[in-house]
Amino acid sequence: MNRIYFDHNATTPVDPAVLEAMLPYFSTEFGNASSIHTYGQRARAAVETAREQVAALIGARAQEVVFTSGGTEADNHAIFGVVRAASAGRPRAHVVTSAIEHEAVLNSCQALEQEGVAVTYLSVSREGRIDLEELVRAIRPETLLITIMHANNEMGTVQPVEEIGRIAAEADLYFHTDAVQSAGKIPVDVNALQADLLSLSGHKIYAPKGVGALFIKSGTPVKQYLYGGHHQRGFRPGTENVAAIVGMGKAAEIARIALRREAARIGGLRDILEQGLLARVPEARVNGGGAPRTPNTTNITFSGIEGEALLIALDLMGLACSTGAACSSGAVEPSHVLTAIGLPPAEARASLRFSLGRGTTEDQIRAALEIVPSTVGRLRSISPTYQKHSSRG
Amino acid sequence: MTTQLQLDSLPAVAAETQPGLIAVAMSGGVDSSTAAAMLQQQGHPVVGLTMQLWNQRRLPELQVSSSAQHRCCSLDDVYDAKRVAQHLNFPHYVVNFEEEFQERVVRPFVRQYLAGRTPIACTNCNTDVKFEPLLRMARQIGAQRLATGHYARIRKNANSGRYELLRALDDSKDQSYFLWGLTQEQLSCSDFPLGELTKDEVRDLARKLSLPVAEKPESMELCFVPNGNYVQFIHAYARAEGQPLQDREGEIVTQDGVVIGRHTGIHNYTIGQRKGLGFAAGKPIYVLAIDPQKNRIVVGEDDALRTKLLEIEGVNWISLAEPLDASPSTPEGGSSAIRGHAKIRHKHEPAPATIEALPGGRARISFETPQRAVTPGQAAVFYDGDTVLAGGWIR
Repeated sequence: MNRIYFDHNATTPVDPAVLEAMLPYFSTEFGNASSIHTYGQRARAAVETAREQVAALIGARAQEVVFTSGGTEADNHAIFGVVRAASAGRPRAHVVTSAIEHEAVLNSCQALEQEGVAVTYLSVSREGRIDLEELVRAIRPETLLITIMHANNEMGTVQPVEEIGRIAAEADLYFHTDAVQSAGKIPVDVNALQADLLSLSGHKIYAPKGVGALFIKSGTPVKQYLYGGHHQRGFRPGTENVAAIVGMGKAAEIARIALRREAARIGGLRDILEQGLLARVPEARVNGGGAPRTPNTTNITFSGIEGEALLIALDLMGLACSTGAACSSGAVEPSHVLTAIGLPPAEARASLRFSLGRGTTEDQIRAALEIVPSTVGRLRSISPTYQKHSSRG
Repeated sequence: MTTQLQLDSLPAVAAETQPGLIAVAMSGGVDSSTAAAMLQQQGHPVVGLTMQLWNQRRLPELQVSSSAQHRCCSLDDVYDAKRVAQHLNFPHYVVNFEEEFQERVVRPFVRQYLAGRTPIACTNCNTDVKFEPLLRMARQIGAQRLATGHYARIRKNANSGRYELLRALDDSKDQSYFLWGLTQEQLSCSDFPLGELTKDEVRDLARKLSLPVAEKPESMELCFVPNGNYVQFIHAYARAEGQPLQDREGEIVTQDGVVIGRHTGIHNYTIGQRKGLGFAAGKPIYVLAIDPQKNRIVVGEDDALRTKLLEIEGVNWISLAEPLDASPSTPEGGSSAIRGHAKIRHKHEPAPATIEALPGGRARISFETPQRAVTPGQAAVFYDGDTVLAGGWIR
């Protein structure tokens, strides 16, 4: 069975060119980037090249990029780092975030609350965007940080980050944005965003899992998170994962060069898929479709079905997509994002996310346009709730 | 420039669901794992489903002890099921039925105890979760049948045209007592591959197939109740629901209504219980009845615990249609008596009895000899030989 992978927001395959760039750093170029000898110098050079490549993707300077173990570490480091550095000696601290952040941000904020930091979770509109006036109203004298994601992982909706950056700058607050889902899909420029901190993940941009990066604008006080040796100026110790960092650098370079063309191509495919599903499936609705979105993502509610059942049925037929958020057992939990945009639980459970990527072809879209409508139809034909629902209307 | 990725290719996903696909309810234990392996060996395409039923985080106060491992809802068991599926190379998914389990099993379990009854959560879980939403899920994902690791048998009777539920060949493992609620429709699309095997044979088979769970110990307790301490669970659950149990004390009385002591709350007692009651006139006394209206525990001697007659409700007739019309002349419009054996709790040896259908989905069971501790909330299952004739909840 040839499988179709429409879950690129979860992870992406390592690009062959990325893999090729990485391979020497597992064998001949195995040096520790901190070593003084030639082996170490060559590894150091590779890490610094990667830093420049990642910096170039987001319009930053290389010394503003810190490599991490991934997006989650970058988010944690940014949030705890800023709050701990800035709140030293202050009796009160306050952070503003949104209700639809990734768990790496939400749970970091909840952990801060346990430590006595106040957190405001901004609501979002039906289209998944925050209200800038609500943001302004949420700012208090003791506010230190605004952390709001660039693009949402479940719907692809893009927040008005430039305005948020401006509001933060005017209020003299630090602004962190989780750009894990936007980097490589839409332009990300830390200068245009006026971001002080920005998180990236390697495996969402065709680099391997286990590597990410945090942009920290020069001069931003951030308390370090890990303690150890002198790696990355002692600020983020731990022997560099040279091969993965090289991969992230190469992936960033490919993403930067291909961005415009791939965004147009994938966006075209996404639109065909989305329009096709809406045309072929009665009572299907796009979530967040009215907001600016990343070009690869569509989130659709198929009223009257269980998204979990549709997901499994499609996977058994070879089409991989996703729904909500998986808990540690792998079972599907109701999506906090879809709940936040106001979907009732049944509608949230009836929603699937299709996220396309570099490997997506027109043929795959055509195949999906066959099996998704027929499977939704089959599920509805045996769904007690859908029949009840239709007979009412 | 981007490089062509490996994963693109032809649009050849399967256009249809797989014919003959059987979903197997996998708990991560040796029984359901072996059941899945057997079906696969017989040549059926198999998909494993593990239900996420209860989140231990719901009642954090019960999590102090780490002995909440080896429970059917624990992550370890989910991973075990996944390892088995990987080992045998068939697809496996975890499906979330926390809401259904909470609504249909846990809440009724607590309510029944608070109403002075002694519930069987496993029967509710079978009838209302496994063979309802899980079976529906199986159908939705394209499976035609649902198999479980239960020790019981299903047979279609060519004469009556009905699906029959039979005891397992291994008497010591028989679980038909927990399956009496299955409808004809549910039985018609269910498989119990272990029904003809002994536990030892199942273990041997698991070892032969090198299943990663071949040596896993059995779980005997209720999966959602840590340490089997159901009283503690009920208190924690009630607190979490915002209705903490307090001041539920009441009187312990004899059958003549003489108050002989105080009880700590009727949910702490079950019919036939002796512990914590002391003695009367030098003889051991037992709980005879629980009276939720008066909040009383009625106690007495062992003799008074025995009764020949009981009534069941919510009766499900399996190997024959409800025989109400068999003899319209009988009083109350019930049926004539059918002879067989009845079992009134999991560890009860089926005893000779007759059953008569009553109107309103009820039935009357009359034992030849008095049976000890007939307990409201438990089930009575009526057998004709190995075949389950009917079952119902003891009133």
